[in-house]
Amino acid sequence: MNQILVLAKKEFRSYFDSPVAYVVITLFLIIAGWQFSTTLFINNTADLRTLFGIAKFILLFFIPAVSMRLFSEEKRGGTLEILLTLPTRDWQLVLGKYIAAYALILITLALTGIHYISISAMGDPDFGASIGGYIGLALVVGVYLAIGIFTSSLTQNQIVAFIMAFVIIFIFFILDKFVYFMPGFLANMLEFLSIDYHYNNISRGVIDTRNLIYYFSMIFMFLFLTVQVLESRKWK
Amino acid sequence: MISVQNLTKYYGTSLAVNNISFEIAKGTVVGFLGPNGAGKTTTVRIVTCYLSPTSGTVLVDNKNILTDSLEVRKKIGYLPENAPLYYDMNVVDHIRFIQDMRKDTGRTNGNRINQVVEICGLGGVIRKNVGELSKGFRQRLGLAQALIHDPEILILDEPTVGLDPNQIIEIRNLITESGREKTIILCSHILPEVEATCNRVLIINEGKIVADGTPLELQSSFEGKGRITIQIKNNLDSFIEKTGHVAGIERIIDTRIISENLKEIDLATVRGIDPREDIFRLCIENQTVLLEMKREETSLEDIFRQLTGKEQM
Repeated sequence: MNQILVLAKKEFRSYFDSPVAYVVITLFLIIAGWQFSTTLFINNTADLRTLFGIAKFILLFFIPAVSMRLFSEEKRGGTLEILLTLPTRDWQLVLGKYIAAYALILITLALTGIHYISISAMGDPDFGASIGGYIGLALVVGVYLAIGIFTSSLTQNQIVAFIMAFVIIFIFFILDKFVYFMPGFLANMLEFLSIDYHYNNISRGVIDTRNLIYYFSMIFMFLFLTVQVLESRKWK
Repeated sequence: MISVQNLTKYYGTSLAVNNISFEIAKGTVVGFLGPNGAGKTTTVRIVTCYLSPTSGTVLVDNKNILTDSLEVRKKIGYLPENAPLYYDMNVVDHIRFIQDMRKDTGRTNGNRINQVVEICGLGGVIRKNVGELSKGFRQRLGLAQALIHDPEILILDEPTVGLDPNQIIEIRNLITESGREKTIILCSHILPEVEATCNRVLIINEGKIVADGTPLELQSSFEGKGRITIQIKNNLDSFIEKTGHVAGIERIIDTRIISENLKEIDLATVRGIDPREDIFRLCIENQTVLLEMKREETSLEDIFRQLTGKEQM
């Protein structure tokens, strides 16, 4: 456990030692805040629903940018060899890096809490729905990030890692937009695989175990695949 | 301490290491010599648990690298080729990070970092970013991170590549110093380095071990198959003709004309025979003046080139 946190701390610091963290946080807050505030008075309702809608869309771009360097940089720089010859297990390394990136994104999301405060001054937002929205967003982000860390382990080129992550996330994101053209059983399947479908359930304030199982198994699956990629160097 | 048996490694279909076996006793400094691409780095990567062998067993302190990987990794300090480091950290944070990742307990942490900083001569740069360091300091930091847990085994892959001669000597001294109580594997294709620091040499070529022994043993087993350089004056043609009859001389390697009546000749000698006396007598007999005669000792370099190169001596 200790080593996971040591690595997470180091990775987290290196986000702030480089411009990555500042660029991500600032840009995200500007874009999300701008989009949110321009529609706030048109909708004329005191809730955060539009914010969440925007957030899960623009995070499609931001998350791959945060995760792309996690393993690809280590591969390119050769430091992976140092990391993998330390007495740690591969899954501990994957988890440590995942936690660091997750922490950065959660902080970014937490900063949007300021919008909750400002709309509280103007109206009476539904606290439960807002919390539900944040929980849903945190789960969505968890899946995005697991996909991002997976693609980062596949290549030593950060740009390639970014694009692959974006494409995979995007596919999972739009799956449920096609269901109208699909026959029933396929529609159900696509719906169940879609990131957005499960989010819509949770953001309504209904936290169903089916949705939680979906998110946790997606996160687990991609982290598991990442570990497999790291271990592939040991294939005979 | 390290026991490698029938180690074979394929990358896809290309064979990198071909059925090699060797044992390394505790406390020896072993030089792993070979041209680029000979399989040194692959072997070392297998011993450090970075790669797995295609077949064969590797035991480190009687622990199998496949089944007891974590235990093995605890015992080894490893400096990979080109000393890869995290360029966005500063020196002391970097050392501390590796120490924390190794969960190095049982000694006061601060002291060990100070010790390693001192051993590796990093005192002046501990607050600097790794990215700002010169190549020499990076190698030292690489060595520091390998030494931080005071490992029983130290594996260094080409630790002096790209350094200037002064830095090379410093790193070499560092290795010799820390080698007093450790088992060290030093990969290199720089021969004087191995000659200076190692008490055993393994020469590897195309995935196979082609020579194994102390530098002295290797030299004596190849002794005699050296060359003699002579500078002679007068009656040159007849002298050269007659060298063919001298027992210890294999052939004339090279003839350089210094002036009209003065030549320098390189002679290859037959293994185990020293023909210098015969050459001297031949000179007298032929009334040739012998200005200079020099016998070149077989160096590790010659052995290395004989064993690994296509080049003939």
